[in-house]
Parts: sequence; structure tokens; C-alpha cells
Amino acid sequence: MQNNVYIYIGIMALVTYLMRVLPMTIFRKEIKNKTIRSFLYYVPYVTLTVMTFPAILEATGSVWSGLAALVVGVIIAWKGGSLLVVSVVSCAVVFVIEMFIL
Amino acid sequence: MKRENRQAFKKGVRNGIPIALGYFAVAFALGITAANSGLTAFQATLASLTNNASAGEYAGFTVIAAGAGYLEMVVMQIVANARYLLMSFAMSQKIPQDMKLHHRLFVAFDLTDEIFGISIAEPGKLNPYFSYGAFSVAIPGWSLGTCLGVIMGNVLPLNVVSALSVGLFGMFIAIVVPVTKKNKILLGIVLVSMALSFAFYKIPVFGGISSGTKTIILTVVIALAAAILFPVKEDEKNAE
Repeated sequence: MQNNVYIYIGIMALVTYLMRVLPMTIFRKEIKNKTIRSFLYYVPYVTLTVMTFPAILEATGSVWSGLAALVVGVIIAWKGGSLLVVSVVSCAVVFVIEMFIL
Repeated sequence: MKRENRQAFKKGVRNGIPIALGYFAVAFALGITAANSGLTAFQATLASLTNNASAGEYAGFTVIAAGAGYLEMVVMQIVANARYLLMSFAMSQKIPQDMKLHHRLFVAFDLTDEIFGISIAEPGKLNPYFSYGAFSVAIPGWSLGTCLGVIMGNVLPLNVVSALSVGLFGMFIAIVVPVTKKNKILLGIVLVSMALSFAFYKIPVFGGISSGTKTIILTVVIALAAAILFPVKEDEKNAE
């Protein structure tokens, strides 16, 4: 049986909202446990990393354009580029490489 | 609306405009992902209007594309959006203690990385109308971008779609890299995450596991190990 897309979207919206609203409304004090705090601190970076790599290598028309986007994106982000700049330049790198080199 | 609330709203709009522009571009790429996952423009726009979460929506669309179970979706959303728990805790210290419940409920609705960033940067306690001002431009930018991404993604030439499909990854890179520059432990953790993620992807034994489940397993294992081995010192976090 095919799962219902609207139920998926409803689950996404509900879970996302609960994570944003519960601490703000219920807990008025900070978490003291150091391990939990550290875990919550590391989670987003690990998640974003494993979602990006190696998926970025398969997202484009060729492994090489994806790899170039990753390398250039990291360099620009390292130099202090904003979210928008890194995002747009990564796209441009893929476009240029696939258009003129490959 | 009271005068000070009107001022806060205006400031929120002003600070929200660059965010909205960035959202529009990134959401456009997200719309292409949504279309590739089999969502219609209406479904993708609905998802963006109700979620306001780049990584969470991207992760959710991969779960939909894989036709995985609802429980996997729940776990995936918890993992992909776990950072909002932390931000919400931080926000609980930033808002006035006596802030009304309905304001708390609304301010939480669009608590994204970027809006969290400008909210925390506001001096003193947060006026909820500042958030509403930022939302008034950020939410349309995000939803409209997603909608157009789904529609235009099918019309655009293949090489343009190919190029735009790295847009979201670019944003993820821009979130992770600056922090690794300041925190060498986190840099090591990110490199280990890349290596293990690549190994999971290459080793045939793990071939049967969906990409969403891989993300969950890797995140929980790596972040937990890191939390035990390298507990974060409070002054490090405050220095950010």
C-alpha cells in the first residue's frame, strides 16, 4: 500500500513544531546534564554532514561537478561566505563545470 | 498595536528581508528535491508553510521518496530537527519570563537557524513582535521559493536543475564549516562523520538500509560518542 503524502507532511509539521515549542513553553530552566547538552550541541553538525556527504557527489550530472561544488563551497564558507553566497556559488560551479569542461 | 511593538515589528521586517531572499533561493532548490521525490507543487508548498525547516524538509522528502514507514519519518524529523530543541531552550532564556502562552506558541512556529540567529542578536529580552516582523517576510519567501522550485524545476533545462540541486547542500556547508573553523574538536567530528558516512555508502552490507535510517544511526552514534568523549565546556559555547 502506498503511504499518504499528507500524513507524511502532517507528521513532519507536528514533530518539527513540537521540538520548537516544547522547551520554550514547558521548561523555563536550562538543562544541567553535561552529556545531554553536549549531545544536543553536536547533533545538528553531524546530521548535516552525513546528509551532505557523499550525497552531494550523486546530486548532479557528474561526480566531478558535485565534488567541485563541495570543495569550493567549503573554501568559501571557511573564508566567511554567508549561507546565500555559499549556496549560489556552489550552484554556479556545477553549472560552469558541466557546461564548459565535462 | 502599541508603539514599541510596532517599532519591533518594523525592525523584524528589516532584519528578515535578507533572510527571506536567501530562503527564496534555497527553497527553490528544495522544491526541485520535492518534485524529484514525487510531491506536487501544492504538497511541497504545504510542507514548507507548515514546517519552515530546510534540513528537516529535505530529510522528510527523502523518506517520502523511499516510501518508508511513518515511524521512520517521526525519528527522522527528531534527528534532523534536534537542533531546534537546543535553540528553543536558548530562546526560553531570551524571552521575558512573563511572556504570554499564545506569544510563546507563535514565536516557536518559525524558529529557524537564521531567525534564531537574529533573535539572539537582539539586545535585551525579545519582543515577540520582532519575530512576527521577521516571519512576515521569511515565511512567504520560503513557501513561494518552494512552490516555484517544483513548477520551474520541470521546465528548466537539465544542466540548470543539476546546478541548483547542490543549493541546499551549499547551505548545509555554510552552517557547518564556520563552526569547525573555531572548534577543532568539531572539525575532527565532522571529518569522522564524512568518513563513516562514505563507508556506510560504499560497504555492500549496509546496502539494504535506507539513507534516512543511515542518517539517524550515524548521527546518534557519532554525536553520543562525541558527547561522552568531548563534553562541551560552557565557556566554549558562550564564546560563539
